[in-house]
Amino acid sequence: MGVHVHVDKDLVAASATPLVLGILADGESYGYAIAKRVSDLSGGRLQWTDGMLYPLLHRLERNGLVEASWGSSSTGRRRKHYAITAAGRAALVERRRQWDVVADALQEVWRDLRTVEVPSPAVEGWA
Amino acid sequence: MDAQAHGAPIEAQVDQWRRYVARRRAIAPSDVDEMEDHLRAQVDDLRETGLDDDEAFLVAVKRMGRLDEVSREFAREHSERLWKQLVLVPEGDLGTERTGPRWRELGVVLALALGAGLTVKGGIAVLGPDSMALLRNSSLLVLPFLGAYFAWKRRLPVRGVVVLVAVFALLAVVLNGFPFVPGGSTEVLAALHAPVVLWVLVGVAYVGGRWRSHDGRMDFVRFTGELVVYYALLALGGGVLTVLAGALFALVGTDLEPVLEAWIFPLCVPGALIVAAWLVEAKKDVVENIAPVLTRVFTPLTILLLVSVLPLLAGAGGLTDVDRELLILMDAILVLVLCLLLYSISARDPLAPPGLFDVLQVVLVVAAIVVDGVMLAAMLTRIAEFGVSPNKVAALGLNLVLFAHLLRAAWLGLGFVRRRVPFGAVERWQTGYLPAYGLWAAVVVVAFPLVFRFV
Repeated sequence: MGVHVHVDKDLVAASATPLVLGILADGESYGYAIAKRVSDLSGGRLQWTDGMLYPLLHRLERNGLVEASWGSSSTGRRRKHYAITAAGRAALVERRRQWDVVADALQEVWRDLRTVEVPSPAVEGWA
Repeated sequence: MDAQAHGAPIEAQVDQWRRYVARRRAIAPSDVDEMEDHLRAQVDDLRETGLDDDEAFLVAVKRMGRLDEVSREFAREHSERLWKQLVLVPEGDLGTERTGPRWRELGVVLALALGAGLTVKGGIAVLGPDSMALLRNSSLLVLPFLGAYFAWKRRLPVRGVVVLVAVFALLAVVLNGFPFVPGGSTEVLAALHAPVVLWVLVGVAYVGGRWRSHDGRMDFVRFTGELVVYYALLALGGGVLTVLAGALFALVGTDLEPVLEAWIFPLCVPGALIVAAWLVEAKKDVVENIAPVLTRVFTPLTILLLVSVLPLLAGAGGLTDVDRELLILMDAILVLVLCLLLYSISARDPLAPPGLFDVLQVVLVVAAIVVDGVMLAAMLTRIAEFGVSPNKVAALGLNLVLFAHLLRAAWLGLGFVRRRVPFGAVERWQTGYLPAYGLWAAVVVVAFPLVFRFV
């Protein structure tokens, strides 16, 4: 199948917070770099609407999961940097637990399916 | 680097994009900065993959997402931004070094409010709580503090201050030096008209002495309307607080009423006026003016009122029965019509072409003139029959001043609707005529007692 998988909007929304927190857990970053990292991590298959990233970052900031500070880029542009907080790390651990539950359950479902019908090549793209 | 080579067109495009995004109220300027950084980084990366400037820009903007959706997402996160926020004490740029000047205005306002309250309190103590002397002097006790606030705020030149103080002193001498006959109507009339004269003085302070300026006068009109709205809101809030406080104190067996009457009302009622004036000043650029919004609602309703009252007046037959009260009532209606007219003019975009609402206004003014004409004719015959009294002349005089104002306003309004007269002329007539009210009030305060021998 092609590189491009259309990931459902709700799924993007649900996964966005753990992705952002996970990327920030690796170290301070800024909007564009986060979006790019998400794209790289998914092999370019997970494309966000870039503008949506910022309201999300602001929500995380307001809830104390990340801290923001204004700095500047190497070319001198104003740039807002985000860093994860202790509360953010705790939230990430919690999210990971939740996603593990979901992923485990899905894993079971996929396995059961495999015994019933032959997996199509398209499903392999997901794995 | 190569940004230099491609610099100009991209800059123009990014600028245009910025302006477009910045129009969304849910997206703050700092968010636009943040997104601009994103956009430029994206454009740079796309250019490295071989796209030209325009392509890179288009792809980057497209990836940013549909502005409606992004804006909605911002609005969901920052719903407070959809409500304009009033900042009473403006934040300094950085640090706290500027706290002095920041708090100075608030200090001046509170001091003046307290001053007005204490002066009223003192006035009540000296003149007696329910005396005519207190009524005569009430505006003299309060409005100078409002004038002082604007004289301070606008840095009124010394010459202006001297003139204002002199007129004020003259008014105080007239109101307290004239040998009014107790219970006479010239005294009541003087007491009722003195605030208008003082309001003109406040206006001169408000415009910083530029009393000839039409724009300044219109600003003062706007200020007056907003002040009324804010004062009413403060009074409402104060009323609720008073009732709650009274109920709480009653629970513990204390009667709050003596304290209310002796201290809280005398201090708060005048003080709230100064605070309201300060609020109007502080929020001028932040909140939509309310008075013009109200005119939109009440103009059609007032037309209905006038049109429905006309056949009643004509049908009543005995127009010789119209008396002073009816004339005063008519004055009040004309003042209302005038306010509706003035406030919609004050908020109108001078460049907009005439529309339905302008037609409605002409209808309103014409209806008012017709109703008033009927009354005026009746009143004149009545005065001819029964002779003059100070009250009748005062009511009639105000009616005539209003009548002339509205007549010309109707004429100009009609010309404007028919695109014969520019809007500027309509506006200038309004602001140009305003001093007539101050002059008439001054005549009633100063000349009436002399002419009618203080009766």
